[in-house]
Amino acid sequence: MNLRIDIRNARVIDPATGRDETVPLFIADGRIAAIGSAPDGFRPDRTIDAKGLVACPGLVDLSARLREPGFEYRATLESEMQAAVAGGVTSLACPPDTDPPLDEPGLVEMLKRRAESLRQARVYPLGALTLGLKGQKIAEMGELAEAGCIGFFQADKPLTDLNVLLQAMRYAATFGHAVWLRPQDSHLAHGGVAHEGEVSTRLGLPAIPEVAETVALHAILELAETTGARVHLARLSTARGVALVAAAKARGLAVTCDVGIHHLHLCDRDAGDFNANMNLVPPLRSPRDRDALRRALADGIIDAVCSDHTPVDDDAKQVPFGEAEPGATGLELLLPLVLEWGAKMKLPLAATLAAVTSRPAAVLGIEAGSLVAGSAADVCLFDPERPWIVSTAALASQGRNSPFLGLELAGRVTTTIVGGRIVYAA
Amino acid sequence: MNPNPQVDSQGRLIHLLTTEGLSAQMIRHILDTASQFVSVNEREVKKVPLLRGKSIFNVFFENSTRTRTTFEIAAKRLSADVINLNIGASSTAKGETLLDTIWNLQAMDADMFVVRHAEAGAPHLIARHVKPGVHVVNAGDGRHAHPTQGLLDMYTIRHYKKDFTRLVVAIVGDVLHSRVARSEIHALKTLGVPEVRVIGPKTLLPVDIERLGVRVFHDLAEGLRDCDVIITLRLQNERMSGPLLPSAGEFHKAYGLTPERLARARPDAIVMHPGPLNRGVEIDSGVADGTHSVIMPQVTFGIAVRMAVMAILAGNA
Repeated sequence: MNLRIDIRNARVIDPATGRDETVPLFIADGRIAAIGSAPDGFRPDRTIDAKGLVACPGLVDLSARLREPGFEYRATLESEMQAAVAGGVTSLACPPDTDPPLDEPGLVEMLKRRAESLRQARVYPLGALTLGLKGQKIAEMGELAEAGCIGFFQADKPLTDLNVLLQAMRYAATFGHAVWLRPQDSHLAHGGVAHEGEVSTRLGLPAIPEVAETVALHAILELAETTGARVHLARLSTARGVALVAAAKARGLAVTCDVGIHHLHLCDRDAGDFNANMNLVPPLRSPRDRDALRRALADGIIDAVCSDHTPVDDDAKQVPFGEAEPGATGLELLLPLVLEWGAKMKLPLAATLAAVTSRPAAVLGIEAGSLVAGSAADVCLFDPERPWIVSTAALASQGRNSPFLGLELAGRVTTTIVGGRIVYAA
Repeated sequence: MNPNPQVDSQGRLIHLLTTEGLSAQMIRHILDTASQFVSVNEREVKKVPLLRGKSIFNVFFENSTRTRTTFEIAAKRLSADVINLNIGASSTAKGETLLDTIWNLQAMDADMFVVRHAEAGAPHLIARHVKPGVHVVNAGDGRHAHPTQGLLDMYTIRHYKKDFTRLVVAIVGDVLHSRVARSEIHALKTLGVPEVRVIGPKTLLPVDIERLGVRVFHDLAEGLRDCDVIITLRLQNERMSGPLLPSAGEFHKAYGLTPERLARARPDAIVMHPGPLNRGVEIDSGVADGTHSVIMPQVTFGIAVRMAVMAILAGNA
């Protein structure tokens, strides 16, 4: 049921419009009815006293693996959708690397239907760029788009044949579809599990050099220029990569990019004791890279930050570092970690929140990430000061592995509203 | 995160996972203890009762006859009960996880695990999950560490050279894949060796290796100049061709230790090798069997050093 909700005393922050003031917020019919003064005859079904809380647009996450279909033993749609709203995430894009991969319209429709039936966050599937993510044949982008895919992604699967990539980008450009790519040359990455540098040398871990990213970026950017395809670069990890994207943007290329939240805070040194929770894709790189990513996100060279939520079961992490399944839980850490990044960069709260609201919404091209009268009432209420300790018990996600386990973070979501429905209340 | 998981709050050694972070005092204690065991090994009855009643499991997830045998001999000379398990061929093939294997063995009242594994950090993982009082010795993990080999090399160097603080030590060959080289570098730096050199082509030297405190040379003749100790590393057969090296022959031409090249080092230089040797590849027979070679004493000292490590971990030395 769509409630009429009156949110009082919240500090309303809308990065899209620059609003940052303590005003009442009124919700009716699933939309923002008004901000400031109540619409005529507004009678709330529910009043929320949000004193001390921030009300911002619901978070938009560019990458959250929901693990269905195929990996239900790692997580289920139910658990991960709950994790999303517990983290204030109201819209999320999910990569196609399920089992089977999202390369058929039927699968996409089923996923969308299942997600909608749960009535929690909004799910935007990314279709497979190539059939079976095998990097050989272009997937049916038209059919998949009709079924609800908002872009086409190769996920972490290699695409070694540049001719396939060229044709996929040409085909996508014909119809205006967005092509998502994680820039990594699989030959140069060759079995690596850690950033090539002092730490991988000391620990004797097979390494992924920086050039694995930059060589791939050079190729992708050249092909983007040639084809005119709209390209989104997923999970940048190096300073040199940031510089290449900045130059490409400066010369007018239609590229966007994101960074995973873990990469804004951690570097290769953090894996110093073979902590398998630090085994991430791409690998955690040098402190210099991490600092460059932080700055680039603040400067807008990197468009958005995502949770890169990847639930991994304990058994897949209780093994030696190099054998561990990469990935970490992220949906519920996205907000506190982005707040910490903003504080480190001395950014105003509105600018900080833009990185997880209006900016990712613009990448996806969806109506989200803003709190203006008439927009969908996707709202996140959170206490920016409230400390909490990251523990397995504190997480709704079935993925309990995080490099931040045991650490205290500030910022906890209290209420999440999607389309005017309260879907989470702490 | 425990910054040094192999030492307890009183500074006692509880596991031996790597030479990194071991104090010079601890290394000297291990070497001094080993020197007592050298004399035991020269007796007619080569046995002491220090670990009587203790169960030591040699758990080898990666095959190695030589290293496993030296650990077995060391444990038996300390009177321990030794159980050898070649896990690579059994449990993991049936799908059992590394930790399940260890927990099962622990339930059989193991006191110590000697672990070899193809993945770097596997002994760290095990050490984090064993009961207090159970000790883990790393017998080689991936490219990361082989601390007992590193320590027996330190023993050998001390035996022949006495003072670490005046030495020039060169490590030659495939440093990239060598757990031995990493363990040697940490131990040599801790013991005060002023100059540790690594010599090899760029494809076989890991990036940023100089951050470990070594000097990098790509020219063997230059790198060997005035060296006191030369450690040649085994060039693994699988690395002899492909993207890292054109061929064994070309490697030998550039980096093989020949008598002529050895002449660049100091006249009393010693030549070491962790074995097994590839004669005519990284080392010529004339050098391996020559007067500078201390390769066989290394093997002998290896037993004593492993005895020392086990005895210290068990609290009996």
